[in-house]
Amino acid sequence: MLGQTIRTAIEALSARRMRSILTLLGILIGIGAVMLTVGLGQGASDAIASQINSLGSNLLIVTPGSSSSGGFRGASSTASLTEADVEMLADQAIVPDVVAVAPIASTSGSLRSSTTTWTSQTTGTLPDWTKVRAREVESGRFFTQGEVDSKSSVAVIGSDTATELYAGASPVGSTLIINGQTFTVIGVLKSEGSSLSGSEDDIVIIPITTLADRFTDGTITIDTIYLSAADSDVLASAQQEINKALLAAHRVDADNADFSVSTQASLVETATSVMGILTLVLGGIAAISLLVGGIGVMNIMLVSVSERVREIGLRKALGATPSLILQQFLVEAVILGLTGGLLGVALGFGGAALINPMLTEQSVSISISTSATLLALGVSMAIGLVAGVYPASRAARMAPIDALRSE
Amino acid sequence: MGELLRLRGVKKTYASSEQVQVQALRGIDLRVLEGEYLAIMGPSGSGKSTLMHIIGCLDVSTAGTYEIDGVNTAEMNEKALAKIRNQKIGFVFQQFNLLPTLSALRNVEVPLLYAGVPASQRKERARQALERVGLADRAEHRPGQLSGGQQQRVAVARALVTNPSLILADEPTGALDSVSTADLLDLFDELHEAGRTLVVITHEADVAARAQRTVHLYDGLIRSVTTGVAA
Repeated sequence: MLGQTIRTAIEALSARRMRSILTLLGILIGIGAVMLTVGLGQGASDAIASQINSLGSNLLIVTPGSSSSGGFRGASSTASLTEADVEMLADQAIVPDVVAVAPIASTSGSLRSSTTTWTSQTTGTLPDWTKVRAREVESGRFFTQGEVDSKSSVAVIGSDTATELYAGASPVGSTLIINGQTFTVIGVLKSEGSSLSGSEDDIVIIPITTLADRFTDGTITIDTIYLSAADSDVLASAQQEINKALLAAHRVDADNADFSVSTQASLVETATSVMGILTLVLGGIAAISLLVGGIGVMNIMLVSVSERVREIGLRKALGATPSLILQQFLVEAVILGLTGGLLGVALGFGGAALINPMLTEQSVSISISTSATLLALGVSMAIGLVAGVYPASRAARMAPIDALRSE
Repeated sequence: MGELLRLRGVKKTYASSEQVQVQALRGIDLRVLEGEYLAIMGPSGSGKSTLMHIIGCLDVSTAGTYEIDGVNTAEMNEKALAKIRNQKIGFVFQQFNLLPTLSALRNVEVPLLYAGVPASQRKERARQALERVGLADRAEHRPGQLSGGQQQRVAVARALVTNPSLILADEPTGALDSVSTADLLDLFDELHEAGRTLVVITHEADVAARAQRTVHLYDGLIRSVTTGVAA
């Protein structure tokens, strides 16, 4: 019987083809928009998570300022991390779960090769930087602890920086002038791709001691300390050890901490929750268009019921029970909703396939999950059902004589 | 011959507004025997449409009882009435009332659909009914591709297909030309000869003349009963 009802419904819908298509359009656009926005949100949060992961495995990050007492207090104590802290954190006896430490100090400056000039961030750090950031040297080598100790004028540059300054020629051994100081390029980093904070490949890395000596009058202002835990299982204990050691060294209790220790996982979590809110907002806006589509279905079903009162009356005269009439109109509405949903899903996938190539620069892509697809179809069916209930029950309640009489 | 329809003191009152009540039927007593060919005549406003609705179980009376095949319809709900209409009554309407998007065959199948007849039997029975009215070769045509007379024959086939106790026709010739009218009335005669019970509501005397008996309605009451040309 239901099979026959579905056949009848499809016949009724295709008899009013243009109108059915226009009604579908409302659901189609709504579902398509929801899928694309949610997919974009999902893709963006995937991208952020993968970028944070690419910062390095088992990464811990110590930043000056407090995370527990709000941002403003933290901002006033930006210089709370010292060289002594770095030395302490490198001590296996104090923080046994930490295997590598790399403080970051930086200055921006103009770069000059023999042919061109370029502007980029110059970062001062220690040899462990490659380990904590999980970076590799493509050609040449990274600087050594000996070069740090001797404040050597050596620089390792990113692949983009190399392209900008040396235009394809091998930069290793070339001279690089940073803010008027002469350096020798000893290595080029392997390309990493861009992150949301800018290109990871447009950087200049020099020993932190050299940076202090040449650019900041011997003082070292540490922006961040990157640390590597021995493996991911000890990440939490490493975080505690660092926290404890720094609290003791700074002679403060946990409530007044002038630094914060975060892990890769906590960064991912924060970023994901932010993206989740964004996705929710975008998806909510798209859902409104879905609601409008649902009202469209209800509207068209009401029109359809009032246009077909004679048909309803006739069917009743021929023996259709009220519940069969209800079923017929409900099935029509659900078919409208479901077809719209299917086409909307197709629009979502098509749109994603069309838009994704344009997004490669942003390293974000629209990712549509199976669960989102199934949910979209479920929602579109439910919309059809809900929108169909009122018109269908009106049709079912119609008295056969009133329906037959109407001209 | 058994009694098919029995109306006792049937009244129907419509409330056209809060104050005004219209008495469409003011006490009808009527018996229709199995195999009888009955016409109901009357000027407009005489209550013949209301009577047709009640006989057709499309509406229920406000007072009195109505039995069809020994079943009292007074207490029935919408679902039970739908079943009675489906199984016991075959309707023929003035405007044919075919579904325009369906072929003649599928139109005839509709009552079987509601009777829950399986698809294979449906087609066969619908084809037989179309054959009975002489339209087997038009089975796949849509109503729009058929003449008025042919459409009404399809409607008769639809009325016959469930093998109902009663064929109830409401002004069946009202939209037909004289040739089609004659054809249809001949078809009715044939059905009557085959033992069918027919009740035809009409305002045309020559249509009523084909029936065995004619009930004349006036102001919601039966004014007279005449015996027509015996078939």
